[in-house]
Amino acid sequence: MRRLFDEELDELDNGFTEMGILVSNVVQQSVDAFIDHDRQAAQAIIDHDHDINEREIQLESKSFEIIALYQPVTSDLREVVTILKAVSDLERAGDHARNIAHATIDVKGNTRVSEIETQLAEMGHLTTDMVKQAIQAYVDKDEEAAKALVTINDQLIEYRDQIMRESYNKIATDADVLVAAMNYNNVASDLVRIADYLTNVGEWIVYLKTGQIVELKLMK
Amino acid sequence: MTKILETHDLHVYYGQHEALKGIDLSFEEGGITALIGPSGSSKSTYLRTLNRMNDLIPNVTVTGTIKFRDQNIYAPQTDLVTLRKEIGMVFQQPNPFPFSIYDNVAFGLKLAGEKNHERLDQVVETSLKQAAVWDEVKDHLHESALSLSGGQQQRVCIARVLAVSPQIILLDEPTSALDPISSSQIETTLLKLRTDYTIITVTHNLQQASRISDRTAFFMNGEVIEMDDTKKIFMNPARKETEDYISGRFG
Repeated sequence: MRRLFDEELDELDNGFTEMGILVSNVVQQSVDAFIDHDRQAAQAIIDHDHDINEREIQLESKSFEIIALYQPVTSDLREVVTILKAVSDLERAGDHARNIAHATIDVKGNTRVSEIETQLAEMGHLTTDMVKQAIQAYVDKDEEAAKALVTINDQLIEYRDQIMRESYNKIATDADVLVAAMNYNNVASDLVRIADYLTNVGEWIVYLKTGQIVELKLMK
Repeated sequence: MTKILETHDLHVYYGQHEALKGIDLSFEEGGITALIGPSGSSKSTYLRTLNRMNDLIPNVTVTGTIKFRDQNIYAPQTDLVTLRKEIGMVFQQPNPFPFSIYDNVAFGLKLAGEKNHERLDQVVETSLKQAAVWDEVKDHLHESALSLSGGQQQRVCIARVLAVSPQIILLDEPTSALDPISSSQIETTLLKLRTDYTIITVTHNLQQASRISDRTAFFMNGEVIEMDDTKKIFMNPARKETEDYISGRFG
């Protein structure tokens, strides 16, 4: 039997997926803008950051309304709670994409290090893939795909550590790269933070499916 | 925890119709157990077998065992008056006798031959206090119980059960005829009683079950689909039928 509640839940579920796609696109754009040194695209990301924040507020309000009016239980409750929690993770991932856009603007005009930028490009692509996989795992309600996110998270941490080491080495030999190298570190850290938030989304997908609250990073 | 009540392979037939299909459940001492399930799932039938109220219905056959403190209550030597003193029942419609509030609560003790007025006064007061209705009725004890509101009548009925010091209290949809405020007073009363009595309640109000009960048993078509801690049943039940029922997909 289809309930009135199912329509409300579908609306919430679709809203969350749309926000996921929006964040995924913004992460992709921020990475592309950084790689392409595209200051205009970076500025556009900063100008539209409030779109993501507004989405978060809409979905939170809708979740509160559903809880108050329908008092969901079991998997219904888990679905609402998953969205209520994961929506904050998505919003924060969006904040880090905005930070990357700021870094793009800050680096412009400074001495750059092309080999580190190549690594950052690889890392950026891996991160955007991960965001897409996380959103797909949510759409498919796929617990195994959600758990697999942590592997990419680990790869990204390795990238970041390597980029940081090389940035410091470069600064030691050539002080002119200071501004760019500091921004490389920041961008690498932002990408890892994005992956971290998407791993959290994965944890909420596991909760949605099983009712268990897990720490994927501790499960390895 | 001690098992106070156990049913094993309990079948109930109304004529040819099998209403209960072999129920195995056990209840630990203390706490509240909610019996939930769609209409016609035989949860009330189950509740009524627990103090043999079904004996009053013609054509009923009961097989299997029900043990109250290890004694089979369907054994021939069972004294029904004693059994129903130990396992009291509160019904859906408040059913005070057409006497004064005092006489309603004192009824069971008077029936048992208690004549000591001081003792009767004391039990009436204690029982009405336990049922959380004393403050509202203490100045009208000798007025008719029928003059009270539905919620007050129901709490007087609970006091009437408590007056004979039962071990188990059965309740058959005790708040379904009451407004939300009265229902909430009954719920508060039951939560106070759960430390001293074993309470088993049938309810159609799932929020009530989730608010007040420690354990929940889900009945469907004369069978128990699942019994577990209430939190588990309402957060993550093991069976799909349970999930579908309590999330309103059927029933």
